[in-house]
Amino acid sequence: MMSASTQPRQVNSVAEIFKTLDYGPAPEADNVAKAWLDDHGKSFGHFIDGKWVKPEGRKTYETKNPATGEVLATTIQGVKEDVDMAVKSARRAYESWNKTPPHVRARHLYSVSRHIQKHMRLVSVVETMDNGKPIRETRDADIPIVVRHFYHHAGWAQLMDTEMKEWKSLGVIGAIVPWNFPLMLLTWKICPALAMGNTVVLKPATYTRLSALLLAEICAEAGLPPGVFNVVTGSGEMGSCLASHPDVDKVAFTGSTQVGQTLRQLTAGTGKKLSLELGGKSPVVVFETADLDSTVEGLVDAIWFNQGQVCSAGSRLIVQESVHDKLVAKLKERLTHFRLGDSLDKTIDMGALVDESQRKTIEEYVEGARREGAQVYQAENCIPSRGCYYPPTIITNVQTVSKVVVEEIFGPVLVVLPFRTAKEAITLANNTIYGLASSVWTENVSLAMEVGLSIKAGTVWINCHNIFDAASGFGGYKQSGYGRDGGKEGLYEYVRPKWEERHQPNVADFDVNKFGATLPQRPTIDSVDAVEIPHDGIKMPRIDRTYKIYYGGAQKRPDAPYARPVINPDGKVVGHVGEGNRKDIRNAVEEAHKAAPGWGKRAAHNRAQIVYYLAENLEIRREEIADRICKMSGKSREDGLREVDISIQRLFHWGAYCDKYGGTVQETTLYGATVKVHEPVGVIGIACSDSYPLLGFVSLFAPAVVRGNTVVIIPSEKYPLVALDLYQVFDTSDLPGGVVNIITGDRDHLTKYLAEHQDVQSMWYFGSAEGSKFVEYISAENVKRTWVNYGMDREWENPEQGQGEEFLYHSVQVKNIWIPMGDIFAN
Amino acid sequence: MAARNPGVDFNGSWLENVYINLPAVQRRADTLGTRRTVKKQWQAAWLLRAVACIDLTTLSGDDTESNVSRLCFKAKNPVREDLLKAMKMEDAGITVGAVCVYPSRVADAVRALKAANGSHIPVASVATGFPSGQYPLETRLEEIRYAVKQGATEIDIVINRQMALTGNWKGVYDEVRLMKEACGEAHLKTILATGELGSLTNVYKASMTCMMAGADFIKTSTGKEGVNATFMVALVMVRAIREYFHKTDYKVGFKPAGGIRAAKDACTWLSLMKEELGDEWTSPQLFRLGASALLIDIERQLFHFVYGGRYAAAHEIPMS
Repeated sequence: MMSASTQPRQVNSVAEIFKTLDYGPAPEADNVAKAWLDDHGKSFGHFIDGKWVKPEGRKTYETKNPATGEVLATTIQGVKEDVDMAVKSARRAYESWNKTPPHVRARHLYSVSRHIQKHMRLVSVVETMDNGKPIRETRDADIPIVVRHFYHHAGWAQLMDTEMKEWKSLGVIGAIVPWNFPLMLLTWKICPALAMGNTVVLKPATYTRLSALLLAEICAEAGLPPGVFNVVTGSGEMGSCLASHPDVDKVAFTGSTQVGQTLRQLTAGTGKKLSLELGGKSPVVVFETADLDSTVEGLVDAIWFNQGQVCSAGSRLIVQESVHDKLVAKLKERLTHFRLGDSLDKTIDMGALVDESQRKTIEEYVEGARREGAQVYQAENCIPSRGCYYPPTIITNVQTVSKVVVEEIFGPVLVVLPFRTAKEAITLANNTIYGLASSVWTENVSLAMEVGLSIKAGTVWINCHNIFDAASGFGGYKQSGYGRDGGKEGLYEYVRPKWEERHQPNVADFDVNKFGATLPQRPTIDSVDAVEIPHDGIKMPRIDRTYKIYYGGAQKRPDAPYARPVINPDGKVVGHVGEGNRKDIRNAVEEAHKAAPGWGKRAAHNRAQIVYYLAENLEIRREEIADRICKMSGKSREDGLREVDISIQRLFHWGAYCDKYGGTVQETTLYGATVKVHEPVGVIGIACSDSYPLLGFVSLFAPAVVRGNTVVIIPSEKYPLVALDLYQVFDTSDLPGGVVNIITGDRDHLTKYLAEHQDVQSMWYFGSAEGSKFVEYISAENVKRTWVNYGMDREWENPEQGQGEEFLYHSVQVKNIWIPMGDIFAN
Repeated sequence: MAARNPGVDFNGSWLENVYINLPAVQRRADTLGTRRTVKKQWQAAWLLRAVACIDLTTLSGDDTESNVSRLCFKAKNPVREDLLKAMKMEDAGITVGAVCVYPSRVADAVRALKAANGSHIPVASVATGFPSGQYPLETRLEEIRYAVKQGATEIDIVINRQMALTGNWKGVYDEVRLMKEACGEAHLKTILATGELGSLTNVYKASMTCMMAGADFIKTSTGKEGVNATFMVALVMVRAIREYFHKTDYKVGFKPAGGIRAAKDACTWLSLMKEELGDEWTSPQLFRLGASALLIDIERQLFHFVYGGRYAAAHEIPMS
């Protein structure tokens, strides 16, 4: 009756294991996954229009299991024609998918979710084999999150008409995703895209194509109409080809900052939307009041989840000096029983890296740190003899100047930096170009919240790390990108305001290097529209009114004191304003930054008081300012008054929003609270259009400042005088200096320096198509957020266009703070 | 058992700055069983190791000599002979770690074990007003002396929850110190009754206090509280053991008890000890599983392993 398995080699006998209590292999079966590969003859083409498509003459790419080196299948390297075919299919499908009632789209997404659940183990095993990550992770994290995402977004499809009333779909989405969470991250793109009525062409990463292809097949099985979701495989170059396809309306990208910047440049000025989820160097901030043993496990989740190949990896441990040694010792101890092994083994902590080139990059970083004299700790004897592995690594005695501290390594490497005070911890945490995620470890709630709100990152986890859910948006600050994946905040990346059509200006040939480079070279001594004032029978010239530029709450002379005439439609000069330049922009940005922290922290009620007070003081000068509008622009008196009145209403509108858009509580799977905070974007550069010199100005600065931003604003180039009248209104309304800074002059010249400024967080540009291209292109440098009009003016009087939700979207960035709760476990 | 823990002077500073984050501990507890698993002969060997660590227990008002005897014979022969033979383990001398009874049944247990040729198996006795501890110190100490006199070599005491809940850790320490003295040569296991301590911070402090007072084992529960041995509570206790070891070099054992019934959980318990404290803490010298029904489930799993995937009916396994 003895089973065969009781007769193995002596070394693995029950008696021997009884003594050693060693772990044994616990392999997940791969037979079903292999049968799936066999069913396809281990050869895959694209999935377009609901069918497999394998065009002739394409180069191929062999996808391998990094844990074993085994070739899994051959895939093809698509070319431009293939992209054309896929986009065409998506465009055709869009015409009907977009008109499909929300409830029907919800049914489709629900069905996909259910079908993935049905094939859950197959999907997990395929993903693990293709990527090298542990089966435990695909089984317990990646794939459940995929399913959850479809469920959640089936709900958004259902509710689009009620929850997204002001918005409509974009069209065809080009999605480009990386290899670290191949299926999960593509799901983060296609779920909101499909829910909002768009169709998708997806390009998976070179190393990891199989799960995307499997998903396409499952979607077809689930009854998703052909062409709604297409997969094309190919090189990075083909990704560029997809992104620059004229019939793609939006590019959704997750990947490296460098590629994100390229995509920004590539799509600049084309009217395409773009969302970027890029790199990170996320801090794990540990205070002496933290549960250190739990922190150690948190660090395992933070930096050794998916071999550290996680954009939100907690790769910088910032630990209070008083517990530095203790925590590092505990962490090292933890690594003595850390298990690396075959990705399909169910009893490992870490699997294989995705590719040998990745391993080499990591090795170079670590060797570099060694050469600098840093202490490198690596657990010994844990590397399997074959396969692509790198040991979990802790680097101490390392400084902020070191490359391993500054750059994203994308591997299982943790650097440790000590801090003395909470304030220093925050400064260290923010001392990075990135801002994707972070975690804070302390049992002191007040401290946790304050530090969490002070770290500039899209996600803050309190006493945990790398927790995800479809109901909470994921994405970055700074050079970690813009846009969010997940939550209601993620939907905005896949819609545009209902009134607006995509504008596709023809600016392909416009050379951005020539933009806004020079100022007018002519002197400006003109005939002024003289006004005389009669007094006691004498006619006196009116006292000269000198308009200055305004920053830091004070009127300033321009750096280079040139004047710029303001000429009315009759050709008469009605005043002079300062000709601002690069240095004025620099000074204004400095002042805006000085004001930003205080303004952002003001109680919302106080901000509201100020904005209502602005309206009050503006109305006192209603007629005078209306006159100035008329005098400058030649508008009728009636129109002038209407512009002032609507501007006052608009101030009330945004004043009202001061304390009504702070965020919400997200309904994630966390026991506790996931709090979405609408944080200010930072310093916003704004260039106004000419059509409504007052209303346009008010419509733009008001939503920005009510949400806690500070602005450097270029008023209407042609008719700037009323904007300058406002600084007197600001001064009498208790608006703190530096919150609104006004620089007059040449719009494009000033825009150039705002857009090029590395410490301006967003640029709103309402000018020419060329300028729009410039702003988007040049903003790639620091991954600035942008809002441009592609040369199309809007109807500022129309509330739909002049004060829509769009303005709020551009005035905030979303931070999600995860606050697990619980202290009660028994009586 | 291992070299004993003599304890140290009460040091209040070891109870300061204790920070335990329940959700984070819970997360670790929830993933213990998903990060590690054992299959095939590994699972069989681990289950046998778990058997060796069981404190086979009966603690009921209706315990009499007959069911105590049955328990003791099962303790000596915890796994069916045919199963052991199939695994070539018939000569390994596998017994459970101890039997655990009330003081009044200690003599019965000693007699029965002798009859079963199992006198080397320790008899553990609960004491000190088990399970509530709401009795005068004098009688609680007397119970220990009585049980030791009857032949118990391990004493499972309950700590004073009234003192613990009011923050009188020095009081808890002093009592346990006296209990340690009363034990003499017998090993002292201190039951924290974690389900009644209110917070994980208290669990940690109680653990540390008992170890300072000389506990050879710290034990989660009496089995009579609403919440008994959970992985979450266990993590807090074994981390305290680790901290105490780092501070003093003394090794203290751990005994989860109450509600442990599934063979799969037994492997996770062993894995928890292996991961958090190391291999040394997976032997009966430093690890015990307080249980009664668990053994039957383990035997059924072993049957399944030996007989090529057939599941045994409970009635095919000798009851304890």
